Amino acid sequence: MRRIISVLLENEPGALSRVVGLFSQRNYNIETLTVAPTEDETLSRLTVTTTGSDKVIEQITKQLNKLIEVVKLVDLTEGAHIERELMLVKLKATGSQRAEIKRTVDIFRGQIVDVTSSVYTVQLAGDSDKLDGFIQAVGTSGVLEVVRTGVSGIARGEKVLSL
Amino acid sequence: MELLSGADMLIRSLQDEGIEYIYGYPGGAALHIYDALFRQDKVKHILVRHEQAAVHMADGYARATGKPGTVLVTSGPGATNTITGIATAFMDSIPMVVLCGQVASHLIGEDAFQETDMIGVSRPVVKHNLSVRHPEEIPEVIRKAYYIAATGRPGPVVVDIPKDMTTPNERYEYSYPKKVKLRSYNPAIRGHAGQIKKAVDMLLAAKRPVIYAGGGVILGKASNQLTELTRMLGYPLTNTLMGIGCYPASDKQHLGWLGMHGTYEANMAMHHSDLILCVGARFDDRVTNATEKFCPGARIIHIDIDPASISKTVEADVPIVGPVDAVLKEMLALVKESKDKPDADALASWWKQIDEWRAFHGMRYETSPDVIKPQEVIELLCKLTNGEAFVTSDVGQHQMFAAQYYKFDKPNRWINSGGLGTMGFGLPAAMGVKLTHPDDEVLCITGEGSIQMNIQELSTCKQYNLPVKIINLNNQALGMVKQWQDMNYESRHSQSYMESLPDFIKLAEAYGHVGVRIEKKEDLESKLKEVLAMKDKLVFVDIYVDRFEHVYPMQVARGSMKDMWLSKTERV
Repeated sequence: MRRIISVLLENEPGALSRVVGLFSQRNYNIETLTVAPTEDETLSRLTVTTTGSDKVIEQITKQLNKLIEVVKLVDLTEGAHIERELMLVKLKATGSQRAEIKRTVDIFRGQIVDVTSSVYTVQLAGDSDKLDGFIQAVGTSGVLEVVRTGVSGIARGEKVLSL
Repeated sequence: MELLSGADMLIRSLQDEGIEYIYGYPGGAALHIYDALFRQDKVKHILVRHEQAAVHMADGYARATGKPGTVLVTSGPGATNTITGIATAFMDSIPMVVLCGQVASHLIGEDAFQETDMIGVSRPVVKHNLSVRHPEEIPEVIRKAYYIAATGRPGPVVVDIPKDMTTPNERYEYSYPKKVKLRSYNPAIRGHAGQIKKAVDMLLAAKRPVIYAGGGVILGKASNQLTELTRMLGYPLTNTLMGIGCYPASDKQHLGWLGMHGTYEANMAMHHSDLILCVGARFDDRVTNATEKFCPGARIIHIDIDPASISKTVEADVPIVGPVDAVLKEMLALVKESKDKPDADALASWWKQIDEWRAFHGMRYETSPDVIKPQEVIELLCKLTNGEAFVTSDVGQHQMFAAQYYKFDKPNRWINSGGLGTMGFGLPAAMGVKLTHPDDEVLCITGEGSIQMNIQELSTCKQYNLPVKIINLNNQALGMVKQWQDMNYESRHSQSYMESLPDFIKLAEAYGHVGVRIEKKEDLESKLKEVLAMKDKLVFVDIYVDRFEHVYPMQVARGSMKDMWLSKTERV
């Protein structure tokens, strides 16, 4: 099952490589990984999406917690949560394609952020399925380049991951 | 406040930490530190002949004393040579701090002479690693390193020290922190009271209980609590290879150790039990055999300081995270005050069954009128040293024979590389023990394969006068490899023979020690007595043992706990 694990990490050199190293050392799977500093400059927030049985996920969270630089973590998929991923896509856009792409972008509530005579660059945010859906809708033949940030997530309601 | 250079601060920090010995080898990036060492005499440095041996020495010291060991090496090859030793300590949760020189900060990343990313290289095999970024940080980094190494589930910590952090003419204010606090590291100090209560209720209701204890009992200094609880309950106890000595082997409630080469009765009792109380062990694959066939009727209580060890391979019914001594103490109190008592009838029939298993095999082996059996060498050594020696071992058949036939009644005396299985561990580990236990008998039980992996340390033994006794069970082959080839590869002995063994007697003499060869069975006892009488000499005893002997019992691969070979022809 797919899980989103959100981690508060000491913002220190080498801390990220410990997390990434743990996944490869113990043969766990990383699908996406995002990391950036938080409002507290001593902490980074890292979000990792992974898949595995309940037993594997339990081991992942325990092993992550064992890393000295991991301050706190939560499996967001255990409760209601919001997940977002940002995607930038370059699409071939000439002739009648231009209007068609524009319509699809509107339906997906994306934005065209750069334009040339033959290329649209589209920005789209949403959960991963929505981004996949957009690529499917425009058709892979017109896609020139895709860049995705990986998933970030936060719990719904009053639950907060902080010190 | 005192002004000290980084190098002096480092050594002062070690003094203030109470470090008696460091084991190491100098080199360019560590020279400022070695100069600071030279100008004091509180911390004693032991110069090894290879950095791997320095780590095993620190490891042997830590296992025998329960205190963290300390290693000092230079950058690059000095540092990478420690990796096998660090991995050995990591797998067995041994507290240790490894101080590594590093090239100067401005050279890092430039492929400088003797530069290796030791933080990166060591990452998978350390509990944590730290690098010094400013000389002023040194006392705090050192305090942190020992704190992390020795608390919670212990383990090795590497400290990377760029050369410019220890420059002699730059001085800083020195003070050693009394305490260290890490917001992201808080090992449990007691177990969950509700879980402990539940565990005690289950324990008292059990019909066929087994206590399964591991190295965590020794590391957690909980042998007394474990022994008291076990005796109070009257339950059978088995321990892992790493747990040897956590409960007296000569006691009738002790079933020997369990697992791949464990006793018949221990493995049978585990398989047929209805309740397993696991204390500081980790259901390692050499214990459980196939996990899906593991102890089908047993419910499991698992006490461990490391939550990640619980339900990792075998699901626990009652997990208890906490230090084993504190948890056992609470369990003892609850058992004492409980109105419920163990079911005497059930226990009596359980013991009857266990005694039958015990009588059925009883660690028998075939003897021969003229060939020396490795098992009888160990039994004899145990008798001649009253079971009181510190015994280190290397890895292979001799290790299993030593663990099976030497009866340890005390913790910290059986010292082996159980997790990583590092050949070459035995001699340097024995040296680390002998250094701090000069009046105790220290035996290194080894084989002609393993001993050659760190034999250069005979030179260190001469320099520091470390009269350990090296017992070389010489079967002229890599015995355990050969045994597996006999059992699984139709006796195709691929690369398991040693075709040009050195003359170990001359070798020992060349290093300034005594060598004794024993080839005849009738000489065995008298010569071993002579060897043990040479108190102040390192003696290399080269004993020619049966070349065809196998270690039994041996669990059948991918079977359950109870599926074992009991001899070359007998399978149950």
